[in-house]
Amino acid sequence: MSGNEVIAEVKNLRTYFHVPEGVVRAVDGVDLVIKPGRTLGVVGESGCGKSVTALSLMRLVPSPGRIEGGEIIYYQSVRETSASSLSDIIDITRLKPNSREIRAIRGNHISMVFQEPMAAMLPVRTVGSQIMEAITLHQNVSHQEARERAIEMLARVNLPNPDRIVDNYPFQLSGGMRQRAVIAMALSCNPHLLIADEPTTALDVTTEAQILDLMRKLQADYNMAIMFITHNLGVIAEMADEVAVMYLGKVVEQTDIRSIFINPLHPYTQALLRSIPQLDDVMTRSGERRQLHTIKGMVPDPYTVLKGCPFHPRCPHFMSEVCDQVVPEVIEAEPDHIVRCHLYAPSPEEAQTRKEAML
Amino acid sequence: MSKTTFLGKFFGHGEAVEAEVQHEEAFYRAGQWQLVWWKFKRHRLAQVSMAVLAVFYFVAIFAEFLSPHDPMRRFQGRLAHPPTAIHIRDTQGRFRAPFIYGTEQGRDPVTFRPIHVADPDSIHPIRLLVRGDPYRFWGLFPTDVHLFGTAGEDAMPIYILGTDSIGRDVLSRIFYGGRISLSIGLVGIAISFVLGLLLGGISGFFGGAIDDVIQRVIEVLTTLPQIPLWMALAAALPREWPQLRIYFATTLILSIFGWTGLARIVRGRLLSMREEDFVLAARLDGESEWTIIVRYMLPGFASYIIISLTGSLPGMILGETALSFLGIGLNPPTISWGVMLQQAQNIMNVAHFPWVLWPVPVVVIAVLMFNFVGDGLRDAADPYMS
Amino acid sequence: MTEQVDTLSQIQVNDHHQAQKPLVETKALKKHFPIQRGLLRRVVGHVKAVDEVSFYVMEGETLGLVGESGCGKTTTGRCLLRAIMPTSGEIWFDDPKLGRVNIAELDREQLVQVRRNMRMIFQDPYASLNPRMTLLDIVGAPLKAMGIARGKELERRVAEMLELVGLRPEYMRRYPHAFSGGQRQRVGLARALAPHPKFLVCDEPVSALDVSVQAQILNLLQELQEEMGLTYLFVAHDLSVVAHISDRVAVMYVGKMVETAPTQELFLSPKHPYTEALMSAIPRPDPSPREKRILLRGEVASPANPPSGCYFHPRCNYVKDICRTKEPAFEEISPGHYAKCHRATELALSGVATLA
Ligand SMILES: Nc1ncnc2c1ncn2[C@@H]1O[C@H](COP(=O)(O)OP(=O)(O)OP(=O)(O)O)[C@@H](O)[C@H]1O
Ligand SMILES: Nc1ncnc2c1ncn2[C@@H]1O[C@H](COP(=O)(O)OP(=O)(O)OP(=O)(O)O)[C@@H](O)[C@H]1O
Ligand code: SF4
Ligand SMILES: [Mg+2]
Ligand SMILES: [Mg+2]
Repeated sequence: MSGNEVIAEVKNLRTYFHVPEGVVRAVDGVDLVIKPGRTLGVVGESGCGKSVTALSLMRLVPSPGRIEGGEIIYYQSVRETSASSLSDIIDITRLKPNSREIRAIRGNHISMVFQEPMAAMLPVRTVGSQIMEAITLHQNVSHQEARERAIEMLARVNLPNPDRIVDNYPFQLSGGMRQRAVIAMALSCNPHLLIADEPTTALDVTTEAQILDLMRKLQADYNMAIMFITHNLGVIAEMADEVAVMYLGKVVEQTDIRSIFINPLHPYTQALLRSIPQLDDVMTRSGERRQLHTIKGMVPDPYTVLKGCPFHPRCPHFMSEVCDQVVPEVIEAEPDHIVRCHLYAPSPEEAQTRKEAML
Repeated sequence: MSKTTFLGKFFGHGEAVEAEVQHEEAFYRAGQWQLVWWKFKRHRLAQVSMAVLAVFYFVAIFAEFLSPHDPMRRFQGRLAHPPTAIHIRDTQGRFRAPFIYGTEQGRDPVTFRPIHVADPDSIHPIRLLVRGDPYRFWGLFPTDVHLFGTAGEDAMPIYILGTDSIGRDVLSRIFYGGRISLSIGLVGIAISFVLGLLLGGISGFFGGAIDDVIQRVIEVLTTLPQIPLWMALAAALPREWPQLRIYFATTLILSIFGWTGLARIVRGRLLSMREEDFVLAARLDGESEWTIIVRYMLPGFASYIIISLTGSLPGMILGETALSFLGIGLNPPTISWGVMLQQAQNIMNVAHFPWVLWPVPVVVIAVLMFNFVGDGLRDAADPYMS
Repeated sequence: MTEQVDTLSQIQVNDHHQAQKPLVETKALKKHFPIQRGLLRRVVGHVKAVDEVSFYVMEGETLGLVGESGCGKTTTGRCLLRAIMPTSGEIWFDDPKLGRVNIAELDREQLVQVRRNMRMIFQDPYASLNPRMTLLDIVGAPLKAMGIARGKELERRVAEMLELVGLRPEYMRRYPHAFSGGQRQRVGLARALAPHPKFLVCDEPVSALDVSVQAQILNLLQELQEEMGLTYLFVAHDLSVVAHISDRVAVMYVGKMVETAPTQELFLSPKHPYTEALMSAIPRPDPSPREKRILLRGEVASPANPPSGCYFHPRCNYVKDICRTKEPAFEEISPGHYAKCHRATELALSGVATLA
């Protein structure tokens, strides 16, 4: 993948939380590639590190969390900006937290929509004033211009009567309207990359459909890259061009949207897909009910450090002596289809040798 | 929260793994108080403070036996005696069991103030379980045995912290004073507890007009300035009342503010818990309202009650000290730390006999220790919070 | 309208379920929460959380209940057990001991009896278990309080229940903090099943769980239903889950029941425009491009201040003049298929598209 078509690249990112109870390896060697105008979907069970990955990109990891290693390369030249003091290629992990550079990137280049729309807005200030603040922070415009811009943004996200809503307080809006206002705020500075962390999980399906539709339209208009985090595979299918499946702080599989559903390689992805109720099944079955497939066992707690593949205690294809000993490497099992699983190692012997080399 | 996250909350990092192996089942079977205790144990400062307080209360309880003298006894000729130094080496440089030198009253050749001069030839060994001033232990058993002191009719009396301006042993008075000063908080808390639980419970359970009235009363009380109100009320107490009655009146005054916080907590918890799923589940299980309150809701805020109570204890101890110091709380012959300070309030004392101010560090330590324990409890009290 | 409702279940019984009878049936069930303002707590209006809702659940079947947040699903479920006192309406239940009774009119004692047979499981696996009680006390509570078992017998019954839901009986001395979300949900299920009920209100029992755990609980619910002949009212907002587990599905909108039909029929040929929009909005785990989505305009109406006529008219794509003024009736469109729409018979609405 050449630099030209990539806007951001996460390489071997590790973000740990050092809490009195132990070390939580929330993100433990994540690689991601984000391309302009495309949507990267990130799925995985609760606690697998989706949000922490996103927060690392924004350098907003709350303490006691820390980026322990890896790189987050942001390619500024992909969409040239006029008067920018930033160099072309920036490693976000190297910027000082709260430095001028990271603040310039946040909002102006990368912005984020959070799961809980209430949390992103201050309850005591009007929607408009909060959007205007986001605008004036990054752009040199007058108060009047900023207000016009805010109203325009609210209109862009299909809020009715934007000139009235601009003076409303967040609690005066419904959940769906609030989430749209938050998106308006996130888009107010034309970010190149929008990180959406479960933006619709708290919403009803019909509202969710509206928001997803809106995000797709806005993406087409702005040629934005989107990193879309969710645990709903249905939403991923709707939104994403590429998918990264996470399990316990690692990306276990990454490929384009069709391959993930039609030809999932990682046993975790396969199990996940089989465990969701399928409407097609229900509609075509007659009489007899079907049991869902389940993944045996449970997600281990975050302090456990598992040897070998993190999925091995629950994996139906578990190979003893290999899976429980050697951490699987990233393997390009098929063109542009990456998987972290010993099943796809060139040969079992090789896995065995690797293990011996390690011991 | 997963189970080990939870486990880690109680036993630290490295321990968590070990604990999981060793105490896993014990942990899973641990009830609320067990969890609170485990968590509290991780709070070093609070634990040390707890131990210090235990010593304080122990001393107060066994004050008669532990104090070397009768706190009322005035030692003639030993007014404002400085603390007697304890030696283990005599003038010849020989080591011997701990002893003190006898003192003679003399005059400072420059200032002509009376001073106490040690006599190197008069050696009085310190003994354990010596006979001294007679007393009735807990007002019941007459005896004259004290934990330590100097033996003999004309032995030099030991004054670890010196004597006050009329010749009373400061250490003994601090021990006895602890009885009043440390208990007044507890009694005050007991009163606050009953009032808070009752009024908060009524407020939260019945709601409606009663609730409104109680809430308004609490609001009015909490807007009043605490110390001036205490002073006004204390000043109104008739001086001629017997000591005991003054004591209880003072505790009542001190607990006027203590219950409001508790009542608020009880009411709030009752209201929010009534909406909890597990309470609804209990109702659907056929549990009676009484069982629901006692078995389901009360344990849920028991820990909050404890926090609120330990939180108001130091205030009450300080309150007693302040009122007595100002001469409007307890007064002599009652002995309390506040009374002692009130009698010491004289610039002469402070300048020349600073040891009469010993109650000050004692009060400070007691209050600090209560605050530390309170902090520890606050952290430990709700082990189910994530 | 009430007369028509009276015959709902009869038709169903005659046409489809010869051997079966409705176990639970509501008639014009209503719950209005007063809105109070000011110091004197003056009632200034009502939240019409559940408004004239009529439905029935056949013995041994699962009725799915779906609808937007705040449309009154939880309130409906809770009214059935009288965890909330309904404002008006009837709730008929076929109790093995008392016979067919109207739960809205029962006295305390009868209510306790009925609640042996009607139980509830909750959405939040954390909030619904008392953290200060052991599994023995939690699962044993209904047995003890209802006077079913005590002492050794109680322990035996609790052990049996834990085993039934896939937990080890040795766990009974443990506290809830020893368990994960999915396991806790099993405990909640054991508590509900302890007095051997006939009917369970499941209020979003899997919404708080991860996909893989959700599958375990759904399977367990189905197994138990077959083993114990249970009847479920299954509330959920995930339509794929509802479709998977339900025999019939009921759709609510702003406190009103707008459509009920057997699952496949409802999903494949909905008769109410709201159901159609709902079906079209389901996110499908299938990357093939889909036909254009039906997007709703505007916002869900407030149950405190609902629109005139058909509550759905401000958002409906098929609205006609009559919709704005006259409330449509909840009518049977085809056998077992009810809808509340003026145009239910004339519209050809599209359901979910299947691959097959
Ligand atoms: N502030 C924090 N302190 C300690 N641990 C944290 C903190 N934030 C997150 N974690 C831990 O990091 C891990 C990953 O969390 P993260 O929020 O990224 O999960 P997620 O995939 O977003 O899950 P969800 O789907 O529930 O949002 C979890 O084990 C979590 O407990
Ligand atoms: N105790 C109450 N007092 C006043 N209004 C209430 C009360 N309980 C519920 N409501 C209102 O009744 C309506 C229906 O609520 P309900 O909880 O039944 O909705 P729901 O369909 O279960 O929603 P969700 O999907 O969010 O759980 C809502 O508008 C809610 O605000
Ligand atoms: S009655 Fe009218 S407005 Fe209501 S759903 Fe039917 S067509 Fe739409
Ligand atoms: Mg998250
Ligand atoms: Mg609900």
